[in-house]
Amino acid sequence: MSTDTAGASFTLDGQDVAIEPGDTVLQAARRAGRYIPHLCWHPEFEAHGSCRVCMVEVDGRPGAACTVRAAAGQEVHSDTPELNAQRKTLLQMLFVEGNHFCPSCEKSGNCLLQATAYEMNMEGPHFEEFYPDRPVDASHADILLDFNRCILCELCVRASRDVDAKNVFAIAGHGIGSRLIVNSASGKLADSTMTLADRAASICPVGVILPKRRGFAVPIGERRYDQHDVTGDCGQEAS
Amino acid sequence: MEATAGLARMHREALAEALLRHGRSSHALVQILRDVQQSLGWLSRAILEELASALDMSLAHLQGVASFYRFLHLEPVGRYRVLFSDNITDRMLGSETLLAELCRRLGVASGEVRADGRVSVDRCSCTGMGDQGPALLVNHHHVITRLDAERVVQLAALIEADVPVAQWPSTWFEVADNVQRADVLLGAAMAPGAAIAAALARGDAGLVEEIKSSNLRGRGGAGFGTGLKWALCRQAPGEARWVVCNADEGEPGTFKDRVLLSRHAELLLEGMTVAALAVGARKGLVYLRGEYGYLRGPLLATLQRRRDQRLLGAAILGRPGFDFDVDIHVGAGAYVCGEESALIESLEGKRGVPRIRPPFPVERGYLGQPTTVNNVETLCAAAHIALRGAAWWAGIGTPKSTGTKIHSVSGDCARPGVYEYPFGTRIGRILEDCGARDTQAVQVGGPSGVCLSAFEFGRRIGFEDVPTAGAFMVFDRTRDMFEVARNFAHFFAHESCGFCTPCRVGTALVVRRLDKIAAGHGSRHDVDVLFELDKLMHATTHCGLGASACNPLRDTIAKFRPAYERHLTSLHFEPAFDLDAELSIARRLTGRDDAAAHLEDPS
Repeated sequence: MSTDTAGASFTLDGQDVAIEPGDTVLQAARRAGRYIPHLCWHPEFEAHGSCRVCMVEVDGRPGAACTVRAAAGQEVHSDTPELNAQRKTLLQMLFVEGNHFCPSCEKSGNCLLQATAYEMNMEGPHFEEFYPDRPVDASHADILLDFNRCILCELCVRASRDVDAKNVFAIAGHGIGSRLIVNSASGKLADSTMTLADRAASICPVGVILPKRRGFAVPIGERRYDQHDVTGDCGQEAS
Repeated sequence: MEATAGLARMHREALAEALLRHGRSSHALVQILRDVQQSLGWLSRAILEELASALDMSLAHLQGVASFYRFLHLEPVGRYRVLFSDNITDRMLGSETLLAELCRRLGVASGEVRADGRVSVDRCSCTGMGDQGPALLVNHHHVITRLDAERVVQLAALIEADVPVAQWPSTWFEVADNVQRADVLLGAAMAPGAAIAAALARGDAGLVEEIKSSNLRGRGGAGFGTGLKWALCRQAPGEARWVVCNADEGEPGTFKDRVLLSRHAELLLEGMTVAALAVGARKGLVYLRGEYGYLRGPLLATLQRRRDQRLLGAAILGRPGFDFDVDIHVGAGAYVCGEESALIESLEGKRGVPRIRPPFPVERGYLGQPTTVNNVETLCAAAHIALRGAAWWAGIGTPKSTGTKIHSVSGDCARPGVYEYPFGTRIGRILEDCGARDTQAVQVGGPSGVCLSAFEFGRRIGFEDVPTAGAFMVFDRTRDMFEVARNFAHFFAHESCGFCTPCRVGTALVVRRLDKIAAGHGSRHDVDVLFELDKLMHATTHCGLGASACNPLRDTIAKFRPAYERHLTSLHFEPAFDLDAELSIARRLTGRDDAAAHLEDPS
């Protein structure tokens, strides 16, 4: 694109953000130390565009900051009451869709979903909970899978496919029945090729993929988002 | 043991046959899964494992693809699989009563398989037979139209007697074209090859210019300029270019492409060949919705006839280097695949999840190559323009909406069927022509379109006023517009691909609200939440499905608010939690359903 020239910039909530060739709005903002809320985006992977939490307004039109190409002269708005209210509703949707009980979750304090919800001032679910039936998979010697917390960001799918070259995970079903599945003859993680050393084992932004026997090694109160809020590292993932 | 061995051999043979037919190509995965299921009834884990190793894919990937499509089954289904079309127009013609009666006669609950494995009965999204409903599909392949009580009695008897579908009364499978008003597209057939010859005479660049200046816009709903799309595809760098015909006519209440495919397949292929010349494609694909699978045979015959006439294949009409041929891909029940990038994913054998755009298909489409995806009607129109010129076409309709548009008219009217009019035609004119009386509302363009009430019947069809993808569903004053919106909401929730948060969860939340209101537990607060969800989904979804999922809701709340208010209790807030419903498990466990096992009705 001709607009991807060096020295170019766009404005994010009124402040200039420099663009490098090929940048999306989110990439450029992050490099400039500016936080745009997101869940399914991760700096090591291609944009996915599914959580929609990073929705911003680009020249008056809505777009996902993780997929919209940055271009010189763009006027981008992100931290506005309307967009943050929208984000809060999207987060509430993710909370009611799964089973999220923060007080008993080992990920609490390190969880991107929880931290982003705090940042967006979410105080309750707003909608009625769906309470889906999602059995856990504790079959693996070293890794626990608690599907109750899955937000379908597909980071584990992408990490296992693109980094580990193992394809341990996939998405099945459709609509509200969409779900994460494991690639093995039994469908259980123990029968898959996954190990704790896999990138997929440490990529989950919520508490689905957890190492066993390490519960609460870091006490509540001393965890990542207890130290600073999610904006502090531009939402850099806990993993 | 013998039976098991026989079964295993059957499995192996079905697999080998399907793999051979599709050249062991991973891109043909959906076609392979369809074929295997056709032979074996359903897709067991063992089958998928074998297939995964044959195609060198992961089992989970196959499970993911198979479980995406509504017509592929990972659990056993009845040997006779009966699916009732569940569009609102089918319901208005009594489909629910007929479904209940069939279930009663067969002794099976809707959505379940009978204990002996003989039969399952369920609902599916609109099968594209709105002008001759109620309709149903048997084994995803055979369409039965004009259902009535008598047919249901016979249907139950045939299934009980285990009579093969091929031996059922052939009149049941007749699909009428019901052409009520023909103009350019539905009129006299064009001589095969005439448009191609004219296009060749214009030259490929001249042809693109001609389409551009005709101002032809896509008939699938989005209305993108066809000439521009072709020009972009033609200019995009790539090793091979593709022409894809979108015949995934899934919008409820739409059936005009079905009529074009059955009556004017030659015209469609003429249009595809013209498109191939314009963009420089050597290969074309028709993505035929699974519900129209019965049209595959006749289409293949037409393709062969055209090859024999040198209208397809190498050196078309004797022009050296002008090579083009067409293949048919049959869908497996997923409305979202009508979105062009989801359609391409499906063509590549994947889950039909819309892609991130840009890049658009014209730059990177099928197999990463420049691809033009055009609606059936658009391609038919393009053939006419190639033959008769842009000025002639632009002389029909309005300046912003040139040419004609075909409407699928159904619902409360005396003469349902397809009607072709120049753009600019009044809604009221169409209502008069189809014999609609005492009309309360018209849903134009299907659930994702617009709902018009009586004071808007003077408005005109056109991109500048009332755009449409082709559905025209008529509702008279006896209809409850709230129930219409609720039916559409269920449709969108059923068809959401599940990829993005607002559509996946939002469509489910909308259904819960509307069902709550329908159950008599609604309050004004619920209507407010519906407004909030509509706004959010419009602004945030990944593709048009979620963005338009609340259109019927918004229109009907705005224009038919009393229809909603009739269902509301007077309370300001009514919780979604229903204590009596929660007791249902206890009732089931104790085998009780008497009045004393229910909460007292407070009203």
